[in-house]
Amino acid sequence: MPPAEQRDNIIININEAAAQTQFQNMKFAVKTWCKSGRARVGLLQLKCTSLVQGATSPEIEIETPALLLTTRKGLPAFIPPDHLSFLPSPDSRLLQFSPMHFMEGPNSKTISDIGGVHQLLGLQGYGFVAVPRDSILSLPECSSSNKNGASFETPSGRFLVKPLEYMKMISSMKPDLWVSLADEVSASVTVKRNKASVDRTITWLDHCISLKPRDGALFGSVVGGCSVEERQRCAHEVAKRNVSGYYIGGFGLGDSIDERSTFLHAVTDVLPKEKPRQVCGLGLPEEVLQGVAAGIDLFDSTYIYHLTLEGFALIFPLNDKCKQYESDTQLCSMASDYTKINLKATVYRKDASRIVEGCECYTCQNHTKAYINHLLNVHEMLAQILLEIHNTHHYFSFFRLIREAITEGKFEEFRQKFIERRREHLLAPSLGACELQTSVR
Amino acid sequence: MWPLPPPPPPKLYTITISETIATVDGRRWLDGGLAGERGEAERDNLVFERVYKLLIFNLPAPPSSSTHTLCIELGHAGGLSLQYHQTHTMALRFEVLGRFNRARAARLTLPHFLCETPLFMPVGTQGTIKGLTTHQLEEIGCQIILGNTYHLALRPTSELIDDLGGLHKFMNWPRALLTDSGGFQMVSLLHLADITEEGVTFQSPVDGKPMLLTPEESIQIQNRIGADIIMALDDVVKTTITGPRIEEAMYRTLRWIDRCIAAHKRPKEQNLFGIVQGGLDPVLRDICVQGLVERNLPGYAIGGLAGGEDKDSFWRVVAQCTASLPESKPRYVMGVGYPLDIVVCSALGADMYDCVYPTRTARFGTALVPEGVLKLKHQSMADDTRPIDSTCECMVCKNYTRAYLHCLVTKDAMGSQLLSYHNLYYMLQLSRNLHSSIIEGTFPNFVCDFLKKMFPEGDVPEWVCNAMEVAGIDISSCSTPLNSKLNIHTSSG
Repeated sequence: MPPAEQRDNIIININEAAAQTQFQNMKFAVKTWCKSGRARVGLLQLKCTSLVQGATSPEIEIETPALLLTTRKGLPAFIPPDHLSFLPSPDSRLLQFSPMHFMEGPNSKTISDIGGVHQLLGLQGYGFVAVPRDSILSLPECSSSNKNGASFETPSGRFLVKPLEYMKMISSMKPDLWVSLADEVSASVTVKRNKASVDRTITWLDHCISLKPRDGALFGSVVGGCSVEERQRCAHEVAKRNVSGYYIGGFGLGDSIDERSTFLHAVTDVLPKEKPRQVCGLGLPEEVLQGVAAGIDLFDSTYIYHLTLEGFALIFPLNDKCKQYESDTQLCSMASDYTKINLKATVYRKDASRIVEGCECYTCQNHTKAYINHLLNVHEMLAQILLEIHNTHHYFSFFRLIREAITEGKFEEFRQKFIERRREHLLAPSLGACELQTSVR
Repeated sequence: MWPLPPPPPPKLYTITISETIATVDGRRWLDGGLAGERGEAERDNLVFERVYKLLIFNLPAPPSSSTHTLCIELGHAGGLSLQYHQTHTMALRFEVLGRFNRARAARLTLPHFLCETPLFMPVGTQGTIKGLTTHQLEEIGCQIILGNTYHLALRPTSELIDDLGGLHKFMNWPRALLTDSGGFQMVSLLHLADITEEGVTFQSPVDGKPMLLTPEESIQIQNRIGADIIMALDDVVKTTITGPRIEEAMYRTLRWIDRCIAAHKRPKEQNLFGIVQGGLDPVLRDICVQGLVERNLPGYAIGGLAGGEDKDSFWRVVAQCTASLPESKPRYVMGVGYPLDIVVCSALGADMYDCVYPTRTARFGTALVPEGVLKLKHQSMADDTRPIDSTCECMVCKNYTRAYLHCLVTKDAMGSQLLSYHNLYYMLQLSRNLHSSIIEGTFPNFVCDFLKKMFPEGDVPEWVCNAMEVAGIDISSCSTPLNSKLNIHTSSG
């Protein structure tokens, strides 16, 4: 008979009774539903897997929909580890990485010797989510994948990863949450190829389950490309398996944002509602809203990374007082979309104001637009560090707004208003190339 | 300005005028602002005015009216003295807290920060230390950052920095700053830079136009940037050059220091350091030291080194300069350097150092350790699960292994950041150790430990042994005695 505190979970997840060990590491519960019945606010609880047995492990309790921090080899691209604690908590406690980041080392044995990713990265109090696909450093290369393994394009070359190898990496890295190996294909593949990807993904899921380490929660991958039938078939199959949650793959690989909702719903309507859903490749604000509307709980986003590299800082208003920005003549004259500003612009050379007045991030508390403008002009790394801090902080606030809107029953309204404001300025040159690029990927 | 009292009875005064002082009846009077302190001033006002005018008329002109203010001293019995004082009152205080022979540990109080010497200054060329935030710099104990005037004058320009409240405010660095004169960068970075009596002529890197950096211009730029310490424009030549050029450069440096002093508008907030030149010639160096010391500057730098000269010559120049520079003023060896060089120079009596080495070498994957350097790119690091330095307390050594850093360095920005952090921490910790060991009287032990770790076989370079002998530090316990070495002359350490 399972212990008292887990009885509620058992009532909802009756077929999970046999696998209760999973819940030692991860718990998830939906707190609020949106009127449409898809978007939801949930609470994800993780017990960090890294610690010595017997010691009380810190718990991470994070509200969803939530943003996972994008990393390179486990650490943010620019934010130094000692600044992570300045980001809002618990929002910033989940970091996503791909095991393929470490193809060039350290090898599995070394990582094991060190004690796993938490020790490797000096971030014992954080939750790590391992996903094979990474939109910057580990891109699925479906033409090279075969029935034995999935192919990924990385800076150190193309690799074919088989389930066995993948599980070896997972076992040595010990992430808190990890996703099964999937055959993610681009939107332009043939029907036959798409069907094969579903078959393989399910086979590999079973393989991963059989090699599952004791700790860490497994998310089953659901693919199916741009076919409603395949998506549903895959979702049904994965739902039958013993997993803690679901990873919905195959988006952001050439599919168009307009048709995406159909395929998202095809999956989320089938999957059990009480388990968390994660998606990769939906990074832009509109894409996040689309995903939330479909019932997704966890997102990664390379939006911040691309913005940061180009010198952009997010400024969209975080409360209903959007009027203040509409009257800002400076923004008007730049035909900005009120979402972001480019700090390379000469108009900021002498601007001694903060990126966003009242923003509590390290960057806004300490530095001015003028200084960042200077750093960008002289190509100093500190510019990217400061921008990534601010942009991450700001995007977390965006997610907070989403959760508040759902809790107050105003999510659809919130979503509409946001999209309208952006669409008015979609043709602005400052938006163009960067956005298109990220939405295609 | 002066209220008119009833006229006093007439008096006779004996007025003496010399080169820079005028006295009346052998007594000196002080002017304006102090009127309230000396009641006699009001009493003798009319007389004062008349005598004042007479003296002004007869007093020789000062070297420069913008650097010299007229001080009028009022004596108790009606004496009056006029004197031109140099207005660069010092904006620093230097108190030696402990010594070991020539080495000293001191407290250097600057307008923005109270520093402890010996100290190392990281180089923040363009208003930032590459890849580190000001929070991190404070965390690791950085006291002064060096900014390059040449780069800042180009971008974002000194006028913009001034408009935004000075470099401290612009960067949000609450501690101390030092700017160099811009001359060195010009000569080393710019094609077709040339030095004339007027200044440094060069081609603008922006549009190719011929431009001129004069001592006056350099100081004005530095005044706008607002650092706690500013450097005089000097005529710097490489120590590898020989011949009359070195003598020319040394004398020009002296002529330029007067122009720098005259141009300096903020002596109460910024300390102008003079730079000793003279190549490797002890006679020239001595002349330069004397010339600068006469100007009574807040601090002195030893320049023209760290440019490829052999170590034996290097330490001798430092030793000579520290022996003759005033005890009570800070001594800054520019461009130094390697940890070993800093230990030696501190033993010889220097206080301040700067170098790009720690941050630059970090970007190539090299970490500073007690044994010397650790090349993290090397294949052997790939599965080394130890920290960079097990004795180091920095965030990087406490959290990361060589194996992980190996996969980052030269490939990811984070690799540079973490290594720069460690390397700077290492240099600053070295400074702290020098300071505390001198105060605690354990300086020789510290030096020996340092040398033992770096030269475990006892093969301490000859130049270090010689320097330590002059410094009076006994390193016999950690070095193979000189007379047992083969009789081969080594010209570099």
